[in-house]
Amino acid sequence: MPGKLKAKIVAGRHLPVMDRASDLTDAFVEVKFGNTTFKTDVYPKSLNPQWNSEWFKFEVDDEDLQDEPLQITVLDHDTYSANDAIGKVYIDIDPLLSSEAATVISGWFPIYDTIHGIRGEINVLVKVDLFNDLNRFRQSSCGVKFFCTTSIPRCYRAAMVHGFVEELVVNEDPEYQWIDRIRTPRASNEARQRLISLMSGELQRKIGLKVLEMGGNAVVGYLQCFDLEGESGLVVRAIGTACTLEKLSNSSAAAPPACNSPSKDIKESPLAHPPGHGCRSTHSSPVHTASGSRLSQNFSVSVPTLIFTGMRLHRHRSLGETGPEHRPQTVLPGRQCRPPFSEDPNPNTHSSGPSTPLKTQTYSFSPSKSYSRQSSSSDTDLSLTPKTASPPAGPRIFLCPSSPALSTEPPPNHSNSFQLSPGPGTAQRFTPLPLPLSGHQYPPGLRKSVSFSEDLLLAASGMGSGGSAGKEGGPLKTLLRQQTQSALEQRGASSSRIFVRTREFPFFTLTSFPPGFLIHVGGVVSARSVKLLDRIHNPALGNTRSYKLLDWNSFAADEPETRDAWWEEIRQEIKSHARALGCHAVVGYSESTSICEEVCILSASGTAAVLHPKFMQEGCLDGYSDPSRLSRQPATFSAGSEKGEFDIFPQSKDSSAALGLEEPSPPSCGFCHIPYDELNIPFPAHLTYCYHCRRQKVPDVLFTTIDMPAEAAVTGKGCLIQARLCRLKKKAQGEVNATAISNLLPFMEYELHTQLMNKLKLRGMNALFGLRIQISVGENMLVGLASATAVYLTALPTPGGIQIAGKTPSDITYEQHISNMQKKINDTIAKNKELYEVNPPEVIEEVIGSPIPEPRQRSRLFRSHSESSDEVSELDLSHGKKDAFVLEIDDTDAVEDIHSLLTDTPAPAGFYSCNTEIMPGIYNWTSGLQMFTSVRVFRLSNANLTNQGLNKIFNDLCENLLKSLYFKLRSMIPCCLCHLNFTVAVPEDELIQVAVTAVAMTFDKDQAQENWKLGADKTHMKAIVENEEQLQFPLELCTESPSTNPFSPCRGTGLQESANAHATPRAASVDYSSFADRWSSWIELIRLKAQTIRRGSIKTTSSLEKASPLPEGRSRSLRSTRSYAGSTVAVVKMTPLSFIPGTRIIKYLGIINMFFIRETTSLREEGGVSGFLHAFIAEVFAMVRAHVAALGGNAVVSYSMKECVFMENPNKNQAQCLINVSGDAVIFMRESELEATPAPPQTSCSGGEVTT
Amino acid sequence: MGKMSVELDVFVGNTTIMDEEVYQFWLDGYTVADAVRVRMEGGVLQECEASAEVLHSDTMDQFRTFQMCERLLHCPSKLANQLLFQIPPHRQAMLIERYYAFDDAFVREVLGKKLSKGTKKDLDDVSAKTGITLKSCRRQFDNFKRVFKVVEELKGSLVENIQQHFLLSDKLARDYAAIVFFANNRFETGKRKLQYLSFQDFAFCAVQLINNWTVGAVDNMVEDMDVDLDKEFLQDLKDLKVLITDKDMLDQHKSLVCTALRGKTKVFNEMEANFKNLSRGLVNIAAKLMNAKDVRDFFIDLVEKFIEPCRSDRWTAGDIKLFLTHYTNSVHILDTFKHQVVWDRYMGVVKSCILKMYHD
Repeated sequence: MPGKLKAKIVAGRHLPVMDRASDLTDAFVEVKFGNTTFKTDVYPKSLNPQWNSEWFKFEVDDEDLQDEPLQITVLDHDTYSANDAIGKVYIDIDPLLSSEAATVISGWFPIYDTIHGIRGEINVLVKVDLFNDLNRFRQSSCGVKFFCTTSIPRCYRAAMVHGFVEELVVNEDPEYQWIDRIRTPRASNEARQRLISLMSGELQRKIGLKVLEMGGNAVVGYLQCFDLEGESGLVVRAIGTACTLEKLSNSSAAAPPACNSPSKDIKESPLAHPPGHGCRSTHSSPVHTASGSRLSQNFSVSVPTLIFTGMRLHRHRSLGETGPEHRPQTVLPGRQCRPPFSEDPNPNTHSSGPSTPLKTQTYSFSPSKSYSRQSSSSDTDLSLTPKTASPPAGPRIFLCPSSPALSTEPPPNHSNSFQLSPGPGTAQRFTPLPLPLSGHQYPPGLRKSVSFSEDLLLAASGMGSGGSAGKEGGPLKTLLRQQTQSALEQRGASSSRIFVRTREFPFFTLTSFPPGFLIHVGGVVSARSVKLLDRIHNPALGNTRSYKLLDWNSFAADEPETRDAWWEEIRQEIKSHARALGCHAVVGYSESTSICEEVCILSASGTAAVLHPKFMQEGCLDGYSDPSRLSRQPATFSAGSEKGEFDIFPQSKDSSAALGLEEPSPPSCGFCHIPYDELNIPFPAHLTYCYHCRRQKVPDVLFTTIDMPAEAAVTGKGCLIQARLCRLKKKAQGEVNATAISNLLPFMEYELHTQLMNKLKLRGMNALFGLRIQISVGENMLVGLASATAVYLTALPTPGGIQIAGKTPSDITYEQHISNMQKKINDTIAKNKELYEVNPPEVIEEVIGSPIPEPRQRSRLFRSHSESSDEVSELDLSHGKKDAFVLEIDDTDAVEDIHSLLTDTPAPAGFYSCNTEIMPGIYNWTSGLQMFTSVRVFRLSNANLTNQGLNKIFNDLCENLLKSLYFKLRSMIPCCLCHLNFTVAVPEDELIQVAVTAVAMTFDKDQAQENWKLGADKTHMKAIVENEEQLQFPLELCTESPSTNPFSPCRGTGLQESANAHATPRAASVDYSSFADRWSSWIELIRLKAQTIRRGSIKTTSSLEKASPLPEGRSRSLRSTRSYAGSTVAVVKMTPLSFIPGTRIIKYLGIINMFFIRETTSLREEGGVSGFLHAFIAEVFAMVRAHVAALGGNAVVSYSMKECVFMENPNKNQAQCLINVSGDAVIFMRESELEATPAPPQTSCSGGEVTT
Repeated sequence: MGKMSVELDVFVGNTTIMDEEVYQFWLDGYTVADAVRVRMEGGVLQECEASAEVLHSDTMDQFRTFQMCERLLHCPSKLANQLLFQIPPHRQAMLIERYYAFDDAFVREVLGKKLSKGTKKDLDDVSAKTGITLKSCRRQFDNFKRVFKVVEELKGSLVENIQQHFLLSDKLARDYAAIVFFANNRFETGKRKLQYLSFQDFAFCAVQLINNWTVGAVDNMVEDMDVDLDKEFLQDLKDLKVLITDKDMLDQHKSLVCTALRGKTKVFNEMEANFKNLSRGLVNIAAKLMNAKDVRDFFIDLVEKFIEPCRSDRWTAGDIKLFLTHYTNSVHILDTFKHQVVWDRYMGVVKSCILKMYHD
C-alpha cells in the first residue's frame, strides 16, 4: 500500500440555488477515489457552506494514484427525493507524486457540471503521503516528471536524452455504449470524462514506466491526443521524449545555462563536429519526392502511404492522363528512392522502398495488418540489425508469400483484400523480438502467450474498464489488474527487448534544443496514411455486445495492436525518409489524426536532423550512438551485415573529416549545412557555400518543424506564412472513400508545398520554421492548412524573385496581363522586404576565388516543365537571373494561385505574427501577455462550389480570422502574435471549423529598431509609462526587465564570441558591446521604478504570503484605490510558449491535462452556438487557472488546446463540445524580484532560455 | 461572401478583453448593428485596417462577454472572487463603475418613485421621453432597485454600505445613497414646479438630509439606518411652531433679522414685507414633517413656500444666503425659545437645500 491520499473539504461559495422555496441550498460533498467514497455533513441553507471537514483518507496503490483522479461531487441534500448533483471537480493527483513538483493542492475549484457549466466553487485541500516501495514489479511510475514543453524545461539541465517514448490505450467510447440510450446526457458525459481521465492517467503511467526502464526520470515534449473513433472506440495516445533531467539547485546554480557545458564541450571536443559530416553518405536519397522539384530538398512528402501506395499504379496512370505537365514533378514516394538505394551495397536499405508497397494492404484490418506488421518488422529488423539475424533480403522474402499479388495488384483486386476477414491465422502479431522468426507466422494458438506483454497490457487495461460496460468497472478492473500483473511478469523477462524497442525510433518531440545539440537539419519529413476504422474488425460487435464481453480478451488484444501497427508504419516511413536525407534523427516530431466517419488519416511529421550524440544515451540515435565507436570500426559498415543500419553514415567518403579533422561549424549557421552528400543527391538541389561561414554547403531553402535555434543568424524579422487549400471530394463510403482520399492527398501536399514556397519567395525569405501541415477530412471535402514562420537565414542564399511565365507568348493582351502581374509581384516582394527589414548584405557576389561554384540555375518550375516559354528556356541556360523563381501560368489554377498569393494582406503596422515560440528578429519582449483562443465555424451554402471557389472561401476565412485577431489586440501594439496555432476541422458536411490558440506579446519598439542607446534613457522611461497605460496589468514592474530578452544574455555571454566572429553585420542585430551597460541601466530603471511603486503602494495582498509568489498581487493593490479585500483569486498567466518574458520559471508543478465535455439542450437560451462555446472556453480557462493556482502556481506554460470537437443540432436546440487542453503548471518570478537576490544579472541566462 | 456564413465566432482571452467604448454601447442598450455603425463612424477602421466584418465580429464578441459578466456585476463583490473571467482589478472597477453609472435624465424620472414593478412597467414612457433606450432604462432601474434592496435593511452608514457591497466610487456611492434615500422616503420630485432641479441638486439635498436628519447623523454609535429620518427629531420639530404662533417671538425675530439686513440687500423692503410669510412657510414645513405624506412634499413645499416667493421678488442667491443666515442665527438671541438645537439641525439642512435649489 504505497500511498495515502488525504482530502479535506473546506468550504463552498457562490453555489447555485437548488431549493426554489428558500432560495438556498443544503449542500454536502462526496469525495471519491477508486471505489471508496466519503461524505461531508450537510451544510443546511447556505450558498456559501463551510464544511471544514475532517481529513478523508484513502489508502491506495500508487498505481491508482497515477491513473485515477480524485472525484469531488457537490450535491444538494433532499430529504424526500434523490439528492441533486450540483457539479463535480476532478483533481489530478499526479503532481503530488513527484517530490519536485507540488506538495499540496489547496484552493478554490470551479464546480463543473457538463450541462450547466460552472456552478460555484469549492475549496479543497489534498495531500499525498507516499511510502517507499521497492516492489520490483512496479507498475507505477511515480516520480517521473512530465512536461508539455518541447524544450528542456527552464530550471532543469538535461543530463541525458533517452529518446522517443510512445504509448496508446484503447477503450470503447461510453457515448456509443448501449447504456447510453438509457442514461442521461449528464451521466454519459461524466462517464466519458472520467474514462478519458483514467485513460490519460494510465497512459501517463505506462509511458512513465518506459521512461524508468530507459533509465530516465522525465518526459519532455509530452504530446497526448485522443481519437474519437465513434463506434469503433476511443484511442488515447501519447508521444514524448524521455530524458534524465537534473534540477538546477537554486538560482545561482541556474546561472550557468543548463546546456552551457555541453556547448562548451562542443567547442572543445574534436568529436563535436564529426557527426555532422559523418552523416554524409554516398547515398542520401530523398525518399520520394518529385524528381527535379525543390520539394525534395527539404520537404519529404511521404504522401500516400499505405493505401496510397497501394493505389500507386493506378494513380500513376491517372496522373499520366492528367496531362504531361503534372508528371515530372509529381511526388512519388517509394519509387524515386530506389535508384539511389540500389547503389548501396547494403540491401537492407530497401526497406523504405518495399515497405511502401506493402502498406497497400494495410488499408483494412486483420489480414492486411499481418502484412503490414511484417512490413514493419522488416523495417524494424533494419534498425535492430545488431540483434536480428534476418538476412538482408528477408523482408522481401517473407513478404512475397504473404502478399503475393498485392504489391502489384490493380485496384479492383486490391479492394478484395479489404474484405479479408480477420481470421485468427492472419491476425498474427508481430514481435519486434530479435528472434530468428521475425516475419515468420506463429501458430495462431501461440498468439496470446507470445504476444508482447505491453500491447496486451494496453489492450487489456484499455478494454478492461470499457468492457465492464458500466461506470464502475469494478470486477473487470480487478481482472485487468491480474492480467496486467501476469503480463508484467512476462515483461520483466523481456525488458531488454523493450529497451530496444523504445529506441527503435530516433525521434524527438522537442522543438528547441540546447546549443550544440542540433548539428545539421535536413528538412521536413512527413508521412500520412489513410485507414479505415474497423467496423469490419469485429463484425459480431454490431449485433451483440456480449461478444465483446465474452471474448473481450482476444478482442482487446487485437485492437490496440492495430493502432500500434498503424503508427509504427508511419514512424518507419518517417525514419526512412530521414535516412534518405542523410539524417539519423527526427526532431520536432509530432503525430495527429483526422477522422471522418470511418476514415482516418494518420499524419506524422518532423524534421530530419543530425544531433550531437554527446547528449544522448547510447543507442538512442538511430545507428549513430557514438562517433568514436564508429571511427574504431569502420570495417563493420562496409561489411554491411551486422551493423547494416549504419550504412548511411560512416561510409561516407569524408568520414575522416567527419571524425574531427574539420573544425566545427559556427552555431549560427551550422545547422543549415546539409547533412546529405552533395554529390549524390538524387534530386537537383541548389547548394551553395554557406553565406555565413563559407565553408560548407547549404541548400537554397530550408523547411523545418522546429523552432529556430536561438543562435541562428537571421536577417530582419520573420513572419507567419500559411498555405490554405480545400479540395472537394465525392461523398463515399468505406474503401471507395478511403481511396478517393488517398488519391487526393499527394496533390494536396504538393499544392500546399507550392503555396508555401511561393509565399516564402514573395516575402524574400529563405527558410521556414515550425512548419505544421494539417489535412482534415470531411465527408465531401479535404481541407489542408500549412502554417510556418518564414525567416531570412543569413546563412542561406538570397532568394530570388518570382518570375511569371506565360504559356503562349503570342497574345498581346495576355502578355500585358502577365507583365502587370509580374509588376505586382515585384512590388509586393519589395514591400515585404522593407516590411520585414530583410536587407541581406550584398557581399556575397563579390567574393572572388571563393569556392562557390558558378551559381547554378536555381529556378525550378513548380507548375510545369513544359518549356514553351522563352523565359523558361533562357533560365534553364542557367545564366544571369540566378534566383528567379518561375511561376508558369499555364492554366486558370495558376492564375488563381498567383492571385491568392497577392491577396494575403500583411499584418497591420505594429503587428508581427509567427507560429514558432518567438519571432525571429525580435529580442526585447516586454511583459504584456495575452493568451487567447478563437474558434470560427463557417457554413458553406450548398451552392455548386468549385475547388477554386472553396479555396477562396477558405483563404478568406483564415485571412479574416487573422484580421480579427489583429483588431482585437490592437491595444497591445507593438506586439507579436506568437505560436499562432491553427487547427482546421470539417465537423459536418458544409461546416469548416478553424480554431486558433496563440499569445500576443508586447515588445519594445525602440529597441527593436536596434538604435536604442543609453542616452535614450529618458525617452525610454517615458515609454515605460506609456506602455503601462496600455497594458492589461499595468505596473507589472518588469515590463522592461532586461532578461525579457532571452537572447541577448546568451549572445552577450556564451555565444557572443562566435556570433561576433561570424555574424554578418546585419544579422548580428544585437549590439553586443553595449549590452552590459544597457543591462545595468535596466536594473537601475527597475529599481527606481520598484521603489516608487513600493512607496506608493497601500498594501500587498495576502497572496504574497502564500507559497507561490504572486507578483501581480502587488500591482493589484497598487492601482485600485478601493480595497478588494475579499478577492482570493490569484492571477494565473497562460501561454503556449515555454517561458514568460521578463520572468524566470523557478518551479514546475506538474502537467495539466484536462478534458471537458459541455452539453446543452437550451442552445438558444445560452446565446446560440457562439454563446455556448464562448462560455465553455472561458470555463475551461477558468478551470485550468484554478488547478494551477491550487498547485501553488501562477502560470501555465506550453499551454495548448489539443482538441475542440464541436457538434450542434440547432433544430433540437442542442449542442455538445469536447475540449482537451494541456500545459505545464509553473511558478515564475519576475526577474526584477529575483534580481533583488544576490544573483548577478547574467545568471538569468539560464539554459532553457538559450534554447528558445 | 454569399457562399458562406459565419455559424460560430468566438474569441476568448485569458485576460478578458474589453473595450470601454464598446462597453458603453452595450450599456447604452445599442444593438450590435448600431454599435458597429457608430464605431465605423468613429473611425476605428482606418486606425487598424479592419473591415466591417471584423468590427462586427469584435462587437458581437464583446457584447457576449458583457452579457456573461452581467450576472456577476449584479453582485460586484463576486466579480473579484469569481474564477470565470480573469479581469485585472482596475478593469473590474471600471466595469462596475460604468455598469452602475446612470443617466441624469433617467434618474430624474424615477427619483423618489417607488422602485416597484409598476414603475418598471412605465419605463417605456421614460425611454420615449428621455431618448434613452429601454434596455438601458431597465438596467438603470434594476440597479437602483438592487442597491435599494441590499442596503435597505442594513445598519450603519448608507454610503459606506453601498460602497462596500457594490464597490462603487465615493461619488457614485453617494449618488446611490441619494437615490435609495429618495426612494425610501418617496420624496416627490416629479412635479412640474420641481422640473428645473437636476439630480445633482437633489443628491446634494439628500446628503444634507442623510447627514443631519437621520439617526446615524447625530450618533455614530447608534446602529441605526441612514435611510430613515430620525423620528424623534421630526417629532421635536413641532416645537418650532412657537416661532410663528407666539406673536412676540415672531415680531422679535423679524426685527432682529431686519436690523441685521438693513442696507445690506436690495430686496430689503420685499424681505421685510414678506418676512412673516416666509417664516411661517419654513416653520410650517418643519412642523408637518412628522407625517410621512408631508415628508414626501418637502421639496415641493420648499419651492412653493420659500423659493417661489423670493424668486418673484427677484432675490439673488446672495440675498437668500444673507437672509437665511440671519434668519437662523437670530433665533439664538430669542431668550424665550428653548429649541435651539432642533432649530439649528433643521435650519442647517433647509438653508443648504434652499441655497442649492435656488437657481433657474
